[in-house]
Parts: sequence; C-alpha cells; structure tokens
Amino acid sequence: MKREKLTESAEMAGTGMKRRNFFKILGGGIVLLFNPFSLGDLLALPAEQRRTLTKDYNAFLHIAEDGTVTCFTGKIEMGQGIVTSLLQMMADELNVPLAKMKIVMGDTELCPWDAGTWGSLTIRAFGPAMRAAAAEARAVLVQMASARLGVPVGQIQVKDGIVADVRDASNSVTYGELAKGKKLEKYLDVKPPVEDHTQFTIVGKSLMRSDAYDKVTGRAKYTGDLKLPGMLHARILRPPSHGATLVAADLSAAEAIEGVRAVRDDDFIAVLSEDRDLVDLAVVRIDAQYSNDEMKVSDETVFDYINKGEYRVNVVRSAGDTEAVPKLCDKLFENEYHDPYLAHAPIETHTALARFEGNKLTVWASTQSPFGLQDSLVREFGMPQEKVRVITPFVGGGFGGKSPHRQGIEAARLARITGRPVMVVWTRDEEFFYDTFHPASVVKVKSGIDSEGKILLWDYHVYLAGTRGADAIYDVPNQRITSYSEERDRYPVHPFGTGAWRAPNNNTNTFARETQIDIMAASAGIDPLEFRLKNLKDEKMIGVLKAVADKFGYVPGKTPSGRGIGISCGTDAGTWVAHMAEVKVSERTGRVKVLRLVCAQDMGLCVNPQGALLQMEGCLTMGLGYTLTEEVKYDGGNIRDRNFDSYQIPRFSWLPKLECVIMDRKDQPPQGGGEPAIIGVGAAVGNAIFDATGARLYRVPFTPENVINAIRKAQDTD
Amino acid sequence: MEETIRFKLNSEEVELVTDPNRILLWVLRDHFGLTGTKYGCGIGFCGACTVLIDNEPARSCMMPVSDVAGKSVITIEGLEQDGRLHPIQQAFIDHDALQCGFCTSGMIMTAVGILGQNPAPTRDDIIFGLEDSLCRCGAHTRIIDAVQDAAEKMKGGEKK
Repeated sequence: MKREKLTESAEMAGTGMKRRNFFKILGGGIVLLFNPFSLGDLLALPAEQRRTLTKDYNAFLHIAEDGTVTCFTGKIEMGQGIVTSLLQMMADELNVPLAKMKIVMGDTELCPWDAGTWGSLTIRAFGPAMRAAAAEARAVLVQMASARLGVPVGQIQVKDGIVADVRDASNSVTYGELAKGKKLEKYLDVKPPVEDHTQFTIVGKSLMRSDAYDKVTGRAKYTGDLKLPGMLHARILRPPSHGATLVAADLSAAEAIEGVRAVRDDDFIAVLSEDRDLVDLAVVRIDAQYSNDEMKVSDETVFDYINKGEYRVNVVRSAGDTEAVPKLCDKLFENEYHDPYLAHAPIETHTALARFEGNKLTVWASTQSPFGLQDSLVREFGMPQEKVRVITPFVGGGFGGKSPHRQGIEAARLARITGRPVMVVWTRDEEFFYDTFHPASVVKVKSGIDSEGKILLWDYHVYLAGTRGADAIYDVPNQRITSYSEERDRYPVHPFGTGAWRAPNNNTNTFARETQIDIMAASAGIDPLEFRLKNLKDEKMIGVLKAVADKFGYVPGKTPSGRGIGISCGTDAGTWVAHMAEVKVSERTGRVKVLRLVCAQDMGLCVNPQGALLQMEGCLTMGLGYTLTEEVKYDGGNIRDRNFDSYQIPRFSWLPKLECVIMDRKDQPPQGGGEPAIIGVGAAVGNAIFDATGARLYRVPFTPENVINAIRKAQDTD
Repeated sequence: MEETIRFKLNSEEVELVTDPNRILLWVLRDHFGLTGTKYGCGIGFCGACTVLIDNEPARSCMMPVSDVAGKSVITIEGLEQDGRLHPIQQAFIDHDALQCGFCTSGMIMTAVGILGQNPAPTRDDIIFGLEDSLCRCGAHTRIIDAVQDAAEKMKGGEKK
C-alpha cells in the first residue's frame, strides 16, 4: 500500500470559528476533515442554495477516546430511515461495529453544509462522499496504528475498530486508544479507494430502525417537545385568504386575558403566553379587518384556467419529425390529463423554537433544510452567519413540505421582539393554509402507433408540473417533450404557495404517460405488459416490468378484461420502478377498493433493504391518497380544506396487500429510495379501473363521483 | 377561575391548581412535561394526542382537564413497567411499524385500548379500531401486524 502523506490541518489557512470550537464541544480525539461536495455538485444547485467553497467545511467524523465514532451530517431524519442507513455505510467502510457509531444531524454549527434533505439524494449523492470520508478515516487510523505498532501498513488488518498486526494479533490497538490524548485534525492528500461491494459486511444487510425505541416510548424529541426557561408560546394572526391585506386590527380583547401579551410589527401580529391554551383563546379575540384581493380561480375552474394561460415554453427534448409523422400513424391518440393541488399534511405541523442570547440566535426547527433556514435568518436579521445556529431535532414527516421554513423566521422575529425564547407550533389550519401544495397541472399528449402496435409518435406537453418523470422512456423515433411554466407577472395561476410534493410532479407525468400507453395498448388489442415490452429498449425498465409481473403472477390478457389489473412503470431519482395494481370497482357507487399493489424497484446498491422496503411501502400507501381522494379545495386565495375531516389521507381500511421486490444490484451505485415507488400508483390503479370497467379516467383522484362519471361516459359511447 | 384538580397520571396521584377549561393535551405536555403525547390536528381527527382515560383511548386535544378529575390518565410514558416495554411497544419495534414516529404514541395508546376491550381481535377489528388514527408515512400494514402480534403475545401470558 502506498504511504500517503498525512497533513495536519494547522497547515491549512483560515480555519474557521466552527473548527476551533470543535474540540471544545467534542472533547479530545481525532477529527477527520472532508469536503463532501465536488465543485460540480455545488454549481448544479440554484444560486440561492449554493454556498461558495470555503475553508469552513468541517468534519464528517470524530473518533473519540472511547472509540465512539460520531458522524456529522447536515441531513435530517424525518422518517426515511437514513439515521440507520448512513451509519451502515460508515461502519462498513471504517470496520467499526454499528454500536460504536453515533450520528449528529441537521445542526448548522456542528455539521458540514448541506443543501437540504430532499430528492431521495441522501444515499445516492451524499452517500458516496460519506463512504469516501470513512475510507479516508480508516486509512488515517491505519497509518497511525502502523507507526504505533511498528508494522507496515500492508501488514495491518482492522476488525470491529481494532487495528492489529496480521502476524501477531496481540500486537494491536483500538481506534479509541489511537485517539486518546489527541486533538488532531487530519486529512489525506491522496484519497484511498472505497470498499468493493464484495467486501461489504454491514451494507446490504437488513437492519431495523435505530430510532424505534425512542419513538415507541415517547422519548424521541421533536422541536415542539423542547422547553426553555422563560419560553412563550405564540399564535400569529393569519389572514382569511391568500391575497388578503390587513386593514385594521384591535388587540385589546386579546390582551385583556391575564397572562397574554400581544405584539405587533406592521401587519405581523401575534399573541404570546406561557400557556399554549391561552394563546389559542387570545388569537381568536383579535378583531381584524381585511381587504380582499382574491384571484378568480377555484378547484372547480382551475383546469380551464390553466388551459387559457400564457406560459414560458421550453422544448426539453425533440427527436425525429413530430409534425409529419402523424400522417404515417395507423392510429392517433390525443388526450388531456388533469392533476389537482395536493397537501403534504405531515402529522407534525411546522414548528420552531427561537432564542436570542445577546447577539447569538439559535433556532430549533422542524425543517428539511437547516442551512436554508440559517440563510433565511441571516438575511432577515442581517446577522453574521456564525451567529445564527439552526438545530433540527427529529422531524415528524416532511414529504417536501418542510423545505420552506416560514415558521422558523416567525419564531425568531417574536423572540427578538419579546426578548424571550418563543415556540411557534402551527395549528393544522395554518399548516394547510401555508402549505406549498403540489401544483395543479395539465398534460396533453398526442401519440400514434403503426399497425403492429409500435409507437411512432410521442408529442407531450406538460403544464406547470415540470419535467421530472416527463421522459418518453419508450423507444419512440419521433418525439417532443414541451414544458410550460408559470410566469407570475404574465399569467398567475396559483393563488398560494406551491412546491415539491414527494417525487415532485413525477406522479403527474407518470400518470399521464402510463395512461396514454394503456389507451394505445387497449386500442391495438395488445396486452398492456406486452405492449410496453414491445416498445421498450431500456433493459432496466424491462427488468422491473418482468419482475413485477412475476411477483404478481400476471396472466396476459387484452384490456378491458374485467379482472381489474393495471400496470405502470417509470423512473425517479435514478431508480427504475414498475407497479401492478388489482382493484375492485363498485359500478353502482363508483367506489374503488385497491386489493393488491405490487412494486418492483431497481435502485442500484440497496444499503439497507429493510429501510428501503419501508420507504416503498410508505410510497405505495401515500400514493393511494393522490390516487383516490386527495385534492385541495379552494376558492381564490381561500383554502377550504383546513383539516383532516375534508382532506382525506389514506386510512387503515384502504390498505391493500403490499408486495415489493428490490432487484439485486450490489455492483451498481446506489440510487434514490424515498420517492420512486409512489410515481406509478395513480396510473396502475387507473389502468386497473379501466381493465375492470372499460371506463377511462383522465384525472386523479379517482373519487366515487369521478369514477361514476367515467363509467356513465363509457356506457354512453358503447 | 382556578380550581384544584386531582387525578391519577401514569399510576401516580397528581394535583394541579388551574383553569378547569385548560386542554388536557397542553397540561400533559407543558405542565407535566409528558411530551410523548403529540399535537396533530387539534380537533380529534388524527389521533396523535390519544391517551388512556380509565383505560379507554381518548383524544386529549379537545378535552378540558376538569374532565379527568378523579380519573386515571395513562400516557405513552406510563406504558413501560419495571423498565419493560409494553408488548405493543415491543411489537412496534419488532415490526418496524413506524417511520417519522409522530403518530406512534397515539397509535400505540389506541392499540392498547383496542386490546384492552378485545384481547383476541381479528385483523378487521384492529383496522376498525385504528381507522381514525392517521399516519402520513404509510406504516399502516406494519402497525396492523404489530398489534396482531402483540395480541398473540399478550394472550400467551407475556403480560396481563
């Protein structure tokens, strides 16, 4: 083994504040410094999320004197299980038992900068950097052991955190002993290779959740569970609708409640008290008048409204000749698909606790983006970055909705005004009101096949949903993908915030594409699985389709067969995924019962198959929501769904039998696992409804009303 | 007007002087520091705030604290006995029946109530009992399995 040069960080210029603090916080030991991002990764981010490469990158890893290895990451845990899988990757690379590993997440003062926890990126983008860091740490430790044991590096082996001479096992030293009495920061100039997949001992093993004990005993701390001396609870006055402007407010009745304080900073009005119940009582006593400037659009009219709009047009992909080819097609199909607004609705609402101590601000927040919140706070208060710390305890669900962090700013503003620590826990009503919904969107597809059922034309237009999952995926010689996005000054569409909702917009695109494919298969009189295989060249897609059909026990048949079986496939976050659904439809009530959902996923190396399985099941279950019931009702800026009575998310009785297949791809780089399995649920269920009834649905959710209408329409055209 | 309210909380007699209209959820969380019981929707639709009152599952987010005067309240923190997890807690761990964990306390308390009333529930009984408890992460099938497993184990005399 080549002897690499060890460099002590004292030689590095400009060590930052954070770094000097490191040993003060951690005690002695060894800190390994790494830069988790390549310049390319950083430049790929939008400018506002990007931070320049500074010397401020700090450690990934700390090896303590007792041998405990602590990993620091700017990622956060919101249920997706990376608290387990990240440690698996580290432990494997370092040859340390999992029990000796700890993780510190989402603390801007301790953890290396990270853009945010979203996009199923933790394992696929961050994981490799983390593994490289661990490999480097191991190499550093082996070098230190080599000097201490007096044996060459090549004669050393590591097992369970013990470094030993291969010829004399008694000549050994533990990681902890190597770290003892040290305050070392180290990094390597020449990077060692990471393990080959055949060397994995912990990666690839199914591990149960490491946070389960704390969560089943109520010990796990979420932001709202924290309490600081002198802390006040706050409720903030909210407008009745988006676009409404405050004209006047009388706070006297609210202030009259003993123990309640009201504050006002322009139109930012809040009541605060040591008791949460009191602020709930007080906020409704504020007499406020608003002038309304609502947009004239509602859930009833939105799709017409979208179709009349003017947009920024972007041809994402163009191949062959989409203008001339229609004439050559044996059959042409032109359809329009609709997808409504969706709420994230995590069970934990947006929560933040803020405290000013002198000129230092600390905010604890339920957020997917601690560093993003830190940036927002720096801008809001004009404070230096090192004076603003964001800490992220466990997050009670995010799904994209906790990337925005308005509540963190609100808590900090109130802490500044009152001089006391302030807790802001949004009510469910506020959570719905300020949610950044999945945007309503329209997809128009014109496609054509030849007499053999080969797709010749694919002309795809997606409005407002963006291009994630908008690829044709099938082998089509003539294709064009056009994306239309909102220009608010020209034609505003959304009266409220919109944003990323689990596998952002891929649900929309996969629903449209896979329904269109199914329509063509049915028209060509070809089994829908066979039709897909016939038009695919992508080996991975063919692989997951065959795997899902195999798991399902699929017997081919032309649709509608009356059996109620539907198929879909697609890609998301680097992962290939295929779905099969079996449904029962009541033609009398229009009620759809999903009996089975089967999903096969090719996600490359699967670090923790058990964790990946949980994510797949979660995706399938959550997917039933957008498929069957979820749709935000609104009238202009007034959100009509404000709680779980009218906004229906999946319940226990809906649950079909869930069956998941994870393809064995240990030799491939890991891909995303938190989102892919949700994308095909809508299309698979919709196609199954067609197979059962002959009624085609062009719009999610498949509510009894929408299903009945589709069935009547199908009967009328018979 | 403040009143003295006494009740049994996780097997201990407690007393507090407070406005009787204060909401039990916030009293448990803010006064007693029992933060395992969660706020989810505030009007009883989601079940994250479920506790046991005289062994019946109840939603604490809309309940005045005066309603529990003289009664027994058990929260998630009171389920362990002699440092041993309740079989339902253990079953949730064994089945990985949670993700973000925010609904978990309410799910477990509801399940304790279900098994208290019916020690040998069918799968449908469990589904019916949990129907109004919401989970957004999609741990439902595992939660059902966990409750069924716990019921088996409890019948086997592991507890009660």
